[in-house]
Amino acid sequence: MTGGDGSSAGEVSGGRQPAIRVRGLWKYFDHFPAIRGLDLELESGRFLTVFGPNGAGKTTLIRVLSTQIGPTQGEVEVGGCALPGQADRLRRRVGVISHNTYLYPNLTANENLTFFGRMYRVPDLDDRITALLEEVGLSGRRDDLVRTYSRGMQQRLSIARALLHDPDIMFLDEPYTGLDQHASRMLRDVLKTLHTGERTLVLTTHNLEQGLEMCDEVAIQVRGRLVFRENVATLDKAGFEQTYFDHVGKDFRWDS
Amino acid sequence: MGFLSQAWVIARKDIIGELRTRETVLSMLLFGFLVILIFNFGIEPGLREENLVKPGVLWAAFTFAGILGLNRSFIAEKENDCLQGLLLCPVDRSVIYLGKFFGNSIFTLSMGLVVFLFFSVLYNVDLLQVALPLGLILVLATIGFAAVGTLFSAVSVGLKSRDVILSILLFPVMVPVVLAAAKSSGRILDGDPLSSAGLWLALLVVYDVIFLTVAIMLFDYAVEE
Repeated sequence: MTGGDGSSAGEVSGGRQPAIRVRGLWKYFDHFPAIRGLDLELESGRFLTVFGPNGAGKTTLIRVLSTQIGPTQGEVEVGGCALPGQADRLRRRVGVISHNTYLYPNLTANENLTFFGRMYRVPDLDDRITALLEEVGLSGRRDDLVRTYSRGMQQRLSIARALLHDPDIMFLDEPYTGLDQHASRMLRDVLKTLHTGERTLVLTTHNLEQGLEMCDEVAIQVRGRLVFRENVATLDKAGFEQTYFDHVGKDFRWDS
Repeated sequence: MGFLSQAWVIARKDIIGELRTRETVLSMLLFGFLVILIFNFGIEPGLREENLVKPGVLWAAFTFAGILGLNRSFIAEKENDCLQGLLLCPVDRSVIYLGKFFGNSIFTLSMGLVVFLFFSVLYNVDLLQVALPLGLILVLATIGFAAVGTLFSAVSVGLKSRDVILSILLFPVMVPVVLAAAKSSGRILDGDPLSSAGLWLALLVVYDVIFLTVAIMLFDYAVEE
């Protein structure tokens, strides 16, 4: 499988140090291969969106790259740390925003952020929390229980949680799931501010419009492999939907 | 911030959540009260064998009520996939285990103290005379109970029949704790000095040290998928 420029689907163009380097990654759950020999390289500071249908292994890829689960086979290096061996060292530099918020519903926003901030040993924590809540537009609800928040507000607080320790690598796993249009737009505005060029971002989604909007590069993942990779600068955006369906296939099946 | 203080951050988070909902400790207390009350209905006052039965009643209430609390310990971490957020934190897995262990110990100990008080009222126990030695037994039993229970609670949380699985896993391993606690508290309730239960107390201490160490070492495997 190739990218639009004829390169291998997992390869990156350019000369900066790769933030993510994956070679021959396999991940099994019992006897089921969720990831099947996946290769990926991503330069530091780039924003990659990985598209793919449900069950393509996108979440599994994010969970392996973010140290939540170990690979079954293959080489995985993120931020210069080989996984799973150097996972402890990497965790301090990684932020994850998922469709699950990782927030405790019976704690307030402030208590949640204070808890995670202490776990990450964030200096000047109070000031950092104040600034982040301001940034995600929740400073007025600082002392309200998370269970009283709407889904969109919880997701914005989840962004603040993920940014507390100022990570240089961020993984965004279907962050738009369950959000209405208004909440999606607010989330998109916040995510735009994350793409500074200093931070490496990987977003997974099956929504083509939302995924294409902010990224530098796109990839398509099907049946546990990356089957397409292209820079957005050279991508035919208008024709990408057709490209996506050409790769995914109308009758996507795991057994085919 | 050191190893223990980070574990305390996790325990503190659990305590704040519990103070807000009171779900765990209240259900533990209610269950403990019911066990003691129901046994009290069946035991004739002044019966000669009453003293033989008392420790069993006390520790049955403690164990069954304690398991209710352990069942809930990791359920809070499953909501919103919080356990994954916790595992992403740059701390050793043993810090996470110790944090959960501290929280479970505090909840179980709180329940144990109130259940002891209730027990002393219903079974005419002179609390002033036995408070210190029974308190020591309670602390030692709680440590062993929470050490093993926290580990098994983490193992069973992702399973469909977690309540049943936790009980099946926990009871056989808990036998030495329950036995030592019941035997030693029996001596105390009979009016014997604490030194008469020395061997049973030593068993509790050894159990606590061994199982706390083993649980710290195994926790990483318990939370790995």
